Amino acid sequence: MKLFELGERTAQVHNVLVTVAELADRDDVRAVLLESADDPALLRPYLNRLDLVVLRFPIFRDGRGFTQARELREYLRFSGEIRAEGHILPDQAAFLRRCGVDSVVLPKNGNGDPGLWEKQLRQFPMAYQRSVLPERGIGPGLRVEEAP
Amino acid sequence: MSVPVGHYQYDRIDRDFLQARIAEFEGQVKRRLDGTLSEDEFKPLRLMNGLYLQLHAYMLRVAIPYGILDSRQLRKLGQIARRYDRDYGHFTTRQNIQFNWIRLEDTPDILRELAEVDMHAIQTSGNCIRNVTADEYAGAAADELVDPRVHAEILRQWSTLHPEFTFLPRKFKIAISGSPNDRVAARFHDIGILARPGEDGAPVFRIFVGGGLGRTPVIGEELFDSVREEHLLATLEAILRVYNAHGRRDNIYKARIKILVQAIGVEAYREAVEAELGQMDLEQYRLTPEAVEAIRARFAVPLLEAPDDADAVLTQQRRDDPLFDRWVRSNTHVHRDPGHIIATISLKPAGGIPGDATSAQIERLADLADAYSFGEIRITHLQNVVLGHVRKDRLRDLWLGLSEVGLAEANIGLIGDIVACPGLDYCALANARSIPIAQKLGARFADTALQAEIGALRINISGCINACGHHHAGHIGLLGVDKRGEEFFQLTVGGRAENGAAIGTILGAALPEDETVDAIARVVDCYLGRRESGETFLDTLTRLGHEPFREAAYEAV
Repeated sequence: MKLFELGERTAQVHNVLVTVAELADRDDVRAVLLESADDPALLRPYLNRLDLVVLRFPIFRDGRGFTQARELREYLRFSGEIRAEGHILPDQAAFLRRCGVDSVVLPKNGNGDPGLWEKQLRQFPMAYQRSVLPERGIGPGLRVEEAP
Repeated sequence: MSVPVGHYQYDRIDRDFLQARIAEFEGQVKRRLDGTLSEDEFKPLRLMNGLYLQLHAYMLRVAIPYGILDSRQLRKLGQIARRYDRDYGHFTTRQNIQFNWIRLEDTPDILRELAEVDMHAIQTSGNCIRNVTADEYAGAAADELVDPRVHAEILRQWSTLHPEFTFLPRKFKIAISGSPNDRVAARFHDIGILARPGEDGAPVFRIFVGGGLGRTPVIGEELFDSVREEHLLATLEAILRVYNAHGRRDNIYKARIKILVQAIGVEAYREAVEAELGQMDLEQYRLTPEAVEAIRARFAVPLLEAPDDADAVLTQQRRDDPLFDRWVRSNTHVHRDPGHIIATISLKPAGGIPGDATSAQIERLADLADAYSFGEIRITHLQNVVLGHVRKDRLRDLWLGLSEVGLAEANIGLIGDIVACPGLDYCALANARSIPIAQKLGARFADTALQAEIGALRINISGCINACGHHHAGHIGLLGVDKRGEEFFQLTVGGRAENGAAIGTILGAALPEDETVDAIARVVDCYLGRRESGETFLDTLTRLGHEPFREAAYEAV
């Protein structure tokens, strides 16, 4: 498993990863796997002890993970690591990062080339809407760039 | 002309963004060609940049945000049609333009040419927020309460490469109007927005959700009556967040927001949206007055000056020339300035292909826009073209100029003003050819005096149940069906997309293609024979019910 960091946070390796249903019985576990149909609010009772939430993308076209990441950051104020795994494309790197995802499990095919992920993160110098990242406005309109 | 009238003026930052988007797309094409991207992975990525694979070739759909172009942009579209297509372009029901005969390898070059005039193909397809449409008379119509273009531009920017909403369950269409007379089919959109002035001077927004045509036509329901401007983006984010999380992804025919709204009911949807808003940091999503003003400042306003006798000159010219008078009757709309008028140019010549324009016509339209309407052109959702600010005393000169290139058809809103999808001539999904039947109907009712006599009557034609020709919303709708390899058309009556939106009622069994035109002619004759003074087709239909029209349609079958 090769990890790629989308931002500054160092990706942590966790040997035990459980489902949301299994969390209640496992006080020792610090990492959970969220399927795309799972409601992130289910994690509310466990957030204090979780270091890592892994969002599984069954297919890159299933965009529920983007909303899950934002809900984790914006509603649940989760400050641990969020990771995306499964069928994801480097073309989604900046979208994932801007929704609050810190790292990805690189796909095992041509889409797993870290150079492509690196390039995509630098593709657009600005955006037309705010995200969960620290950003500052470019002038008084909607455009923003990442705060240094 | 430094700042264009009618649309947002790009600056270096916006232009750099477009160049970055082209570079990204070029990289995606390269990865497809070297095999690192599979076709299944490439397809959604190319669609998000407007590139379809049709029956015979690639089609590129170019965005015309809120339907407004300047003459420089229109000329560029004409050049692209000439250089990369077969010398024509096709204006769509979502105010865009399509080029139907594109080579994949030319696409990055075309995108670069478009970027030279601040145009692109971003989000004209794909399961994302599509190009935002707006009232074709925005900023010009006398009946307008709020000019919707500034907010349409805000929505365009906000939705562009939105990090959360680029992989939605299905496509997502937003329309916005600021007039009490709905000219955007607000209730047939995923989100329809009607703006009106609020008490503090800033607009408030009435929001409909879950409307749409397609296989399952649904009239959108009101979600909120009065959303304040500062909460517009937060509210849209919340609506989309609920849809992205809960919209169906197991069946593409059940994946639009309308299905979700129908499944849980609009009250439950509203509660879900309110629950999101309750958790969101509204300050983070706030649309500030400063942001609105900054975007408004990028729009140039036309200086509307006309001689005092402009109206009198037009009145006299109409008296002197009955042909001109007929065109003015059907093809103009009242402007907010008494010395000006709004002119709609029909792209529906009798026997022609609805929405098509040749490179020569496109370039001529650009010249006429420069001469008569501040270089501004609007594309309508009914596939016509509008010059928004024409001085009344110069309207006849415009009409004469249009006549020279075959663009003076007097049929706006009349039976010849047909909306049709591309159909089986281009589209891989179609069951029937929409264009030939549109041409035959156009030829049958070619006489403009007859069209004026018939009055307001819209025909919409779709080549399959995906309903791109909006047949459900046609006063008379035609749906192409395939019966053992033969083209048949099912007729509906009573649909409408304007105020009082309604879905048409099916008249009966589908008719063979060669009997359809006659059947429609009999339906029209039935109306002409039984209408009472002042009644439109829809009025008579409402009074009599559809039975007499059904009998007329099937009389000879």
